[in-house]
Amino acid sequence: MAHLTFLEAIADALKIQMRKDESVFMIGEDIGTYGGAFKLTKGFLDEFGPKRIIDAPISEAAIIGAAIGAAINGMRPVVEMQFMDFITCGFNQLVNVAGTTAYRWGIGVPLVVRGPSGGGVGANPFHSRNSEAWFVQATGIKVVCPSSPADAKGLLTASIEDNNPVIFYEHKGLYRKIKEEVPEGYYSIPLGKANIVKQGKDASIITYGSTVHMAIEAAEKLEARGISVEIIDIRTLVPFDEETVLASVKKTNRVLITHEATLTGGFAGEIAARISEKAFEYLDAPIIRIAAFDSPTPFAPTLEKAMLPNTEKIIAGLEKLLSY
Amino acid sequence: MAKRTEKKSEDTSTQFQEYTSISLSDAQRKDIIKNMLYAREFDLAMQRLNRQGKAFGGVYSQTGNEAVSVGSAYALGPKDVLFPMHRNIGGHFVMGQTLENLMLTFLAKEGSLMRGTDGTGHYADVSRRIYGNISHLGAMIPVAAGFTLASRLKGEYCAAMTYIGDGGSQTGEFHEALNFASVQKLPLILIIENNQYAYSSPNHVEFACNNLSDRALGYGCYGITIDGTNPELVFDTCKAALEKAEQGLGPSIIETITMRMRGHAEHDDFSYVPKEVLAYWQLKDPVATYSAKLLATHVYTEQELQSVRKNIIEEIRASIDAVIDKPFPAAEEAFKNVFID
Repeated sequence: MAHLTFLEAIADALKIQMRKDESVFMIGEDIGTYGGAFKLTKGFLDEFGPKRIIDAPISEAAIIGAAIGAAINGMRPVVEMQFMDFITCGFNQLVNVAGTTAYRWGIGVPLVVRGPSGGGVGANPFHSRNSEAWFVQATGIKVVCPSSPADAKGLLTASIEDNNPVIFYEHKGLYRKIKEEVPEGYYSIPLGKANIVKQGKDASIITYGSTVHMAIEAAEKLEARGISVEIIDIRTLVPFDEETVLASVKKTNRVLITHEATLTGGFAGEIAARISEKAFEYLDAPIIRIAAFDSPTPFAPTLEKAMLPNTEKIIAGLEKLLSY
Repeated sequence: MAKRTEKKSEDTSTQFQEYTSISLSDAQRKDIIKNMLYAREFDLAMQRLNRQGKAFGGVYSQTGNEAVSVGSAYALGPKDVLFPMHRNIGGHFVMGQTLENLMLTFLAKEGSLMRGTDGTGHYADVSRRIYGNISHLGAMIPVAAGFTLASRLKGEYCAAMTYIGDGGSQTGEFHEALNFASVQKLPLILIIENNQYAYSSPNHVEFACNNLSDRALGYGCYGITIDGTNPELVFDTCKAALEKAEQGLGPSIIETITMRMRGHAEHDDFSYVPKEVLAYWQLKDPVATYSAKLLATHVYTEQELQSVRKNIIEEIRASIDAVIDKPFPAAEEAFKNVFID
């Protein structure tokens, strides 16, 4: 075991895959000499050279498009978005090319697009977006949102080895905030398998990404009041581990779903719909969703705090859920 | 070189095929006209099927574009790849695609190249080095560039030839891809088929520069504008661009001046195109003028060429007969391959 931050664990997975498989290469903005905007790829250029660590012009569509072309010609590109917000500039390539190729051509596009996402760090509407739900509906794209260093390492390994396009969201607030024991060497976690973060019996929190940590804090606070909360980290939105979620619902009968992305059209809606379709009779209370207010992510700390979910909002939601 | 012009001509055919390649053999010339005839006759067959209600969806005629699609693809080396657009059926024939595969795919039949999930020339056929377009113009230019990048990373070499129109040249992906390919010195050949109309929009609605190939200066790559009705000129120009690409000198933009002789697709009556313009370009019809040249230079006798054309028409008819009554794919195909293992 190594004691690694979220960021170090991601870099570790990338290096191990690049050493192991010649077909893995990276392309992005400022990832080479500079080592990436968050210094995640620091030292990569020295170890792997400019052929495999490609500094690209500010052209997200060309970067993602070229990576798709490389992927259909036998490579396993990993694209870094400097901020995940800029994925919008490559949206056409992901949605219309990458996401349809397997279906139309029967050819895999083993592509990973990864980068820092999420708010809470005062980064304004254009460096804070949580866009994962957009790609859930795009079809043909896997969507991964890790919450811990070990999960980030294991899921990134699986994403790089997957023969389909994968969008890998790294919450930037977690990059240096959390540090934990991470398995050394090759480590993989299959996509589509939720993690039961904590067992409980009175209510379930279904979540992923940054809100997993808020859910843990909220559960600890309620624990002191004698309330037992189960936490399911779904880890991947596509594929979605419905089985683990339904099992938890059937066990606790009360569900709160939380994510940092905005509420309307967010993935919580899909989870709630699946639960109501497949476990309606197990519910003792209406499902509660705690998500961001439907607005851009504002800049001022007071506004951003009001807009995003947090531990207090989750606790309030749980109280409402339990008092129904 | 003929350019966007409204000049009328009384010419009877060969003056528009003045340029003659010194590298092509007569056998290759025969091959070129044969592929052009496949493209033309396939096109006419699809138009008929469309009128009969047997070909649904968009039927995009490529009449007028045969010299570009055939002349360019014919220049490709044995490892090079073709990323065609929707008016490049001629290139599919050059790469050895079969009429049966094309008919199955265009008519969305069971056993087609894309299982019925998509139609027209959007398919990929790895064995024939064809990677089709999507409907979003410009989207495949960076993909073609990246394909060649992968070959470089593998220590191999292949050039990619791809296409765009006078309308699609205005997309962001055109710009990003050309810049990226130029920075990386990738072996990418981009043929701009300037066929005067982007759907109903004439050139002056689409761009304000003189020639679309002038943009090469802004990217630091090569650019040239040529007559798009002379297959030998297209062939030689593409060969030269491919040679530069192989020397590591980067991409080329080859703007070919042609005319789209029908509507954007068959539903479109193209009444917005002045009749005189069509009449002028009719004189430059690449299939007719190149045929006339091959007769005038005794590559073919009239009788031989007629027989080549007749056989092609017969083959196309047979491919329709073989395919037309086949069923559509089974409904469960809809649920397969969204992801692959």
